[in-house]
Amino acid sequence: MKTRSNRLGLVLFGIYLAMYVGFVLINAVNPELMETTPVEGLNLAVLYGFGLIIAAFALALLYGLLAGRSDAVEDTGTDKQEVSA
Amino acid sequence: MIYEAATEAVILFFLFVGFTLGLSFWLGRKAKSTAGYFAAHGQIPWFINGIAFAGDYLSAASFLGICGMIAFYGYDGFLYSIGYLAGWTVALFVVAEPMKRLGKFTFADALDAKFNSKGVRITAGISTLAVSVFYLIPQMVGAGVLVEPLLGFDHWQGVLMVGAVVILIVVTGGMVSTTWVQFLKGALLVVFSAILTWMILDRGFEVKKGGEDGHVFARYTVPRSVLDGSRNPVAELNGRHVVVPEGPWVEFPQFVRLRNADSDRVTVWHVEGDDAATVVHLVEAQSITRRRGQKPLVNGQEKGEKKGEPELHPVGFVSRLPDGQKSTGPVGPRSFFRIFQESEIVLWRSKNVKLSENETTTVYYQQETPGSRVLSPGEHPRFQGIRRDDLMGRINFISLMLALFCGTASLPHILIRYYTVKDENSARKSTIVGIGCIGFFYVLTLYLGLGAMTSGALDLTSNNMAAPLLARSMNIWLFAAISAIAFTTVLGTVSALILASAGAVTHDLLRNFRSEPMSDEMTVRVAKIASVFVGAVAIVLGIVFRGMNVSYLVGWAFSVAASANLPALIMILFWRGVTRQGVVAAIIVGMVSSLTWIMLSADTYEKIYGIEDGGLTPFTQPGIVTIPLGFLTLVLVSLATRNSGKESKV
Repeated sequence: MKTRSNRLGLVLFGIYLAMYVGFVLINAVNPELMETTPVEGLNLAVLYGFGLIIAAFALALLYGLLAGRSDAVEDTGTDKQEVSA
Repeated sequence: MIYEAATEAVILFFLFVGFTLGLSFWLGRKAKSTAGYFAAHGQIPWFINGIAFAGDYLSAASFLGICGMIAFYGYDGFLYSIGYLAGWTVALFVVAEPMKRLGKFTFADALDAKFNSKGVRITAGISTLAVSVFYLIPQMVGAGVLVEPLLGFDHWQGVLMVGAVVILIVVTGGMVSTTWVQFLKGALLVVFSAILTWMILDRGFEVKKGGEDGHVFARYTVPRSVLDGSRNPVAELNGRHVVVPEGPWVEFPQFVRLRNADSDRVTVWHVEGDDAATVVHLVEAQSITRRRGQKPLVNGQEKGEKKGEPELHPVGFVSRLPDGQKSTGPVGPRSFFRIFQESEIVLWRSKNVKLSENETTTVYYQQETPGSRVLSPGEHPRFQGIRRDDLMGRINFISLMLALFCGTASLPHILIRYYTVKDENSARKSTIVGIGCIGFFYVLTLYLGLGAMTSGALDLTSNNMAAPLLARSMNIWLFAAISAIAFTTVLGTVSALILASAGAVTHDLLRNFRSEPMSDEMTVRVAKIASVFVGAVAIVLGIVFRGMNVSYLVGWAFSVAASANLPALIMILFWRGVTRQGVVAAIIVGMVSSLTWIMLSADTYEKIYGIEDGGLTPFTQPGIVTIPLGFLTLVLVSLATRNSGKESKV
């Protein structure tokens, strides 16, 4: 049952999870770091926070593009075709 | 605060809600079968479904709760935004497609696809019900909060109204109309939040000494000896006498009470200054004294009922801008943060002074805070542990972030939306649209919250009200539109939750206790009765839990969802060795342990039972303990029952 989109999904999930864990750990262990301003006027808290939101969407788009293509090549009939109760 | 209805707001509000209801009736005519009632015949286009995801997910908690938390505590509220959105990656990358492949109407379908077991169905049904009801509480609280400033209703009237309208929607429409209502309000919520954000940027910042009612908060510098009453400089204090502390006030040396010589009105002031200094600053605070059987006192006067009569002053202002500026004019999305970072903002904190059994004074005092502090985590009392060297505080924080991350993909009312589209491909595409829409909104929450913080319109007694009040400080029509949208937001989310619960009751629970299968028509009828019942429960809970931050309550619902549902959901997808006993045990253990933890936590003791410094759990958020516990239970029980599981399947 494992399709290519499943594997791809897990890889992307792993990437995102690592970013999220990084964010949570910095907050939990060394919150002062979040007050530093790597870019003038924007502190790490705001940058990383916005970054996580944008990254989620970027990875989702990437997934949509890649998984959509591989589905079309492999098969198109994986969905269950029944609605009746 | 005192709220009076504005006619134009009320008209716009009822037009909007009326239109939504009309749409719902019109669409609902077609939904007669079970497939139509629970899953909209699987015929919803993916783009519509994606926006409906946003409408479903961006509940009262997101809009009211997060904005309110940011408006009072800064960045900490935004942590919820981040967590709520991050959870969608679990939904998209891991859960979405298998869910669609395995199930038909409910979350239990997917779990049970492999086993076809009564036990799995029933426990999954119960956990759906538990999570949905828990999630309903903040929505109903949010509904009451919205109606208060808009229509001038009491909280309970608002809750009752939402309950009634939602039951009507669900009973007449089912999933088709619920989906379209969610689509509509999801789209409108994002558009109007963007407009509001643009207006915040356009308004910029301005240095003020009080809120929008024009009251200027006073500040006196006096010798320290004034505090114990040994000196009484009436003239310097503008005709006020120092009241020598007595009774419970002795324990609060940070406050001093002053009595007006001519009116006998007593006000509370916050003492600022080093212990060693010979002079101190007295900064005007605000107070509300709640007395059993009498009207409350605000700032030493009996609280009024109409606008213009005594009430707490609205707050939320900047006390200093960078480079000594007085006002900035329009700012850009980036310079907004730069300027904020270098400014000083007056936040308000509160302390309860218990005068007697029947009388408690809550003192709200100013706390000038650097913007850089506001824009970093740890300002909220529940998150302060991460700034101190407090291990439990840190674990609590990690626990919350874990629950938010795992919770989204375990919410039954979100999962059922995978059954309204036609195939896995559409499920995936609609999730991506959902993530885009929701992510954009969450970016805006930081602007909205900080905008509310500096709007001069905040109500000290209700942080849930920050976003609507921010809109009102801009423009009354915008306020009406935002409130109407937020109200339909509640309607949309509540109807989905009630549908999910009704689905669980009829499809997962009742069917298993009957010898013969129910007819299609009867299933729908039973589902409608179940909807009315769940709706009634929600109304009662919404009234009981008034006054808690709705986002915080949602955090709990996420903990329960993640602990009960996620282990079973994930393991079924990725491990062949799962047995039905393992699934049943994991759901029960996850659900019971997380619920028990919450009931015994210090927060519940304080906010619900009214016991301060109680609580039996080492920290308040259960996720970090109960989610792994669910996984562990599932694996252990599955291993123990592996053989018997195989036999019974044959």
